[in-house]
Amino acid sequence: MFKMNNNSLIIKDPVLSIRNLFVSYDKGKYAVNNVSADIKRKSVTAIMGPSGCGKSTLLRAINRMHELYENIETKGEIVLNGRAIAQMPTIELRRMAGMVFQRPNPFPTMSIYDNVIAGYKLNGIKMKRAQRDEIVERSLTDVALWNEVKDSLYKKGSFLSGGQQQRLCIARALAFDPEVILLDEPTSALDPVATSKIEELLVKLKENYSIVMVTHNMSQAARISDYSMFMYLGELVEYGKTKDMFTKPKDRRTEEYLTGKFG
Amino acid sequence: MQTGKLKIRTLKNNIFKSTVIVFSVVTILPILLIIYELVSKGIKQISFDFILKTPPDTFEAMTALSNGELIPGGIANGIAGTLFMVIMASVIAIPVGVITGIFLYENQGKPLANLTRNVSDILQGVPSIVLGLIAYIWIVKPVTHGFSALAGSVSLSIMMLPMIVRSTEETLKMIPQTIKEAALALGVPYYKVILRVLVPTGFSGLLTGILLSISRILGETAPLMLTALGSSAINFNIAKPTSAVPLLIWEFYNDPNMVDLIWSSSLLLMAMVLSLNIISKRIVARTK
Amino acid sequence: MNTDKITKAVLQFSSLIILLVAGGMIFSLVEGAVPAFKEFGFKFIFSNNWNPTEGKENFGALPFIAGTLITSVTALLISLPLSFSASLFLSEYYRRTRMAKVLGMMVDLLAGIPSIVYGLWGFYVLRPVLIDLGLPNQGFGIFTASIILAIMIIPYATSLSNEIISMVPNELKEGAYSLGATKLEVITHVIVPSARSGIVAGYILSFGRAHGETMAVTMLIGNANIIPNGLFSTGNTMASVIANQFGEAEGLKLSSLIAIGLLLFLITGIINTIGKFIIKKMA
Repeated sequence: MFKMNNNSLIIKDPVLSIRNLFVSYDKGKYAVNNVSADIKRKSVTAIMGPSGCGKSTLLRAINRMHELYENIETKGEIVLNGRAIAQMPTIELRRMAGMVFQRPNPFPTMSIYDNVIAGYKLNGIKMKRAQRDEIVERSLTDVALWNEVKDSLYKKGSFLSGGQQQRLCIARALAFDPEVILLDEPTSALDPVATSKIEELLVKLKENYSIVMVTHNMSQAARISDYSMFMYLGELVEYGKTKDMFTKPKDRRTEEYLTGKFG
Repeated sequence: MQTGKLKIRTLKNNIFKSTVIVFSVVTILPILLIIYELVSKGIKQISFDFILKTPPDTFEAMTALSNGELIPGGIANGIAGTLFMVIMASVIAIPVGVITGIFLYENQGKPLANLTRNVSDILQGVPSIVLGLIAYIWIVKPVTHGFSALAGSVSLSIMMLPMIVRSTEETLKMIPQTIKEAALALGVPYYKVILRVLVPTGFSGLLTGILLSISRILGETAPLMLTALGSSAINFNIAKPTSAVPLLIWEFYNDPNMVDLIWSSSLLLMAMVLSLNIISKRIVARTK
Repeated sequence: MNTDKITKAVLQFSSLIILLVAGGMIFSLVEGAVPAFKEFGFKFIFSNNWNPTEGKENFGALPFIAGTLITSVTALLISLPLSFSASLFLSEYYRRTRMAKVLGMMVDLLAGIPSIVYGLWGFYVLRPVLIDLGLPNQGFGIFTASIILAIMIIPYATSLSNEIISMVPNELKEGAYSLGATKLEVITHVIVPSARSGIVAGYILSFGRAHGETMAVTMLIGNANIIPNGLFSTGNTMASVIANQFGEAEGLKLSSLIAIGLLLFLITGIINTIGKFIIKKMA
């Protein structure tokens, strides 16, 4: 519990705690500038803001994706379920925080079955056949894909539509039973029908998983998120319950964004 | 733009076009003539014997010629030697080339990578006979104390390296970045991402590069003259001289009694080179 | 246990192998050439002698440098109109048509024919024709070798020029056509100026290629260790003399051949680097 900007948002038992996070690409230029926030368990938290505000950068700091790129520096602390992520091996962290990307990216050389189980396979985790089958079925059922693909599990996923592919990617992330699911604009490459299916799915998933989602579409945030963050130029401008933010934004910049004055 | 008379400009335009077409046809004439030559003169010698037997000695050949018969025997030692050295060269060049290609892909823009890439490009332009000299200096003298298949393989492997490096890097660069990120986001260690995601995904591109580099070295004669030397028997001892199809062609060319064999041997060689090229093109087309 | 670090180290090590090979090559060539240079000094490069008789050994590289240059330049000149036409055919006149596909395939095929097969064809097919046309020296010589060499390097210049010409933006060409220009005028005034450095780079690279060809040249050039005194004279190139004389070369002769190899390496290296540099500046 702590104060942020003008708001004091009290989250009990947060799944994720972000403290004074700075991320910079060039020395002195901060893509994420002193962001602090607690993320509520088993709910959908949306991060929104205009292009270049740092929302994806913030998301990717959570599973330490920035370490793949040498010119990016991260400062500050992120705690996942009481453990500092900087202290964990990235391999372990990334099983606890699953990520879904903007463009569906199932592995092209693997079958649907193997794609779901890819996290285990690639990590060399051996399991009995029955266990594997169960995880695959559970994950695909959770994303409402099981009935559509159960007869083509061993085919490669390229025949699936964009929306189905994205659900497959979500299933792949779910296979690890992660603490938190991170989605980076998961529907921006999909058509409206597929988008609404995914949104339905996310609302259902939050019963069991904590979801943090970057979105460039504020109406999407309004539709499905419980909490919303508004970022601008790397700063966390406002953070609160979605309903409150959209009806009574506390910051002028938030209001201007929500009323379409920029973005 | 000149504003000359329209007629003159049009005339010039048409003459140029005709010239371009004529020259283009002239350009491909040699390939048609060469293939015609190889097939017409060489096809009669091709048989299973040709592939399975070794060449006759010069007296047998002379006797056959004077009796108006086809020269007996074949080029089995050459085929065996070529296969042997190609496999050895691949064993050396493929791992080094692919891994270096991966290195270049992962380190775009860094100085060591740029240096390596430039050096690899320069290496590609080195004449094959110089590579033969190098293999002679490195292997024939100090290691095998004499001409050897190993030296031949080494010179061929240096020829293959730059091509494999370049095609590996280019293939990997074409894989969408997000596939790699997805694997890493699943907590997969880096080396597994390479081995179990990147390489399988780029497999056809890698394979094409490898096949093309093999087709390139199949026909090389000059470096082998300085390293493998040639042999009349089939030989799989890496420390001893060995034959190769191009070397045999050269031997036949130099022996007046065996000269007739050059066409069929060349035909076989061309067939090997062409099949590899066609297979590579098929692989590329399949993945599109 | 951090496998990531190990992975990175393995990748790096592999690239060092290439650097080591290249460095080792230069070192070995220089080391092998030193005896020749010590004996003859830098005059080696300009000396005309080639006398392997024991006791009076005297070697010089000039005839071969001259032979290489003359054949490569002649080959380049012969191939220029042919490969330029072929690349215009492929990228301008018949672009994306069936005919272009076929022509492109055939040009690729040219690149796949081994040097020795070219040599055989040149020896048995081309040479008699040239003899009939009145060529001296039994049809051997610079001219014959250059023709075959020209055919061999056509694919390299063609494919590079083709690529570069295809990259000239359509808007430029359409702008010229809309002003009433003929195709020839668009080629001369728009395409060539725009693609000029790329086309030149392609020719430089094929020029470098010509230097290194061994077998076909050896079989057609006549193997005379003299400075060629005319287009139809016989001669020898750096690559072909190494192939020819390597037989039982020892001592000073071997060192001289290695020295020639070193020169060949340096010359082709410089030519290729210039070509690649021009291409990079274009991109």
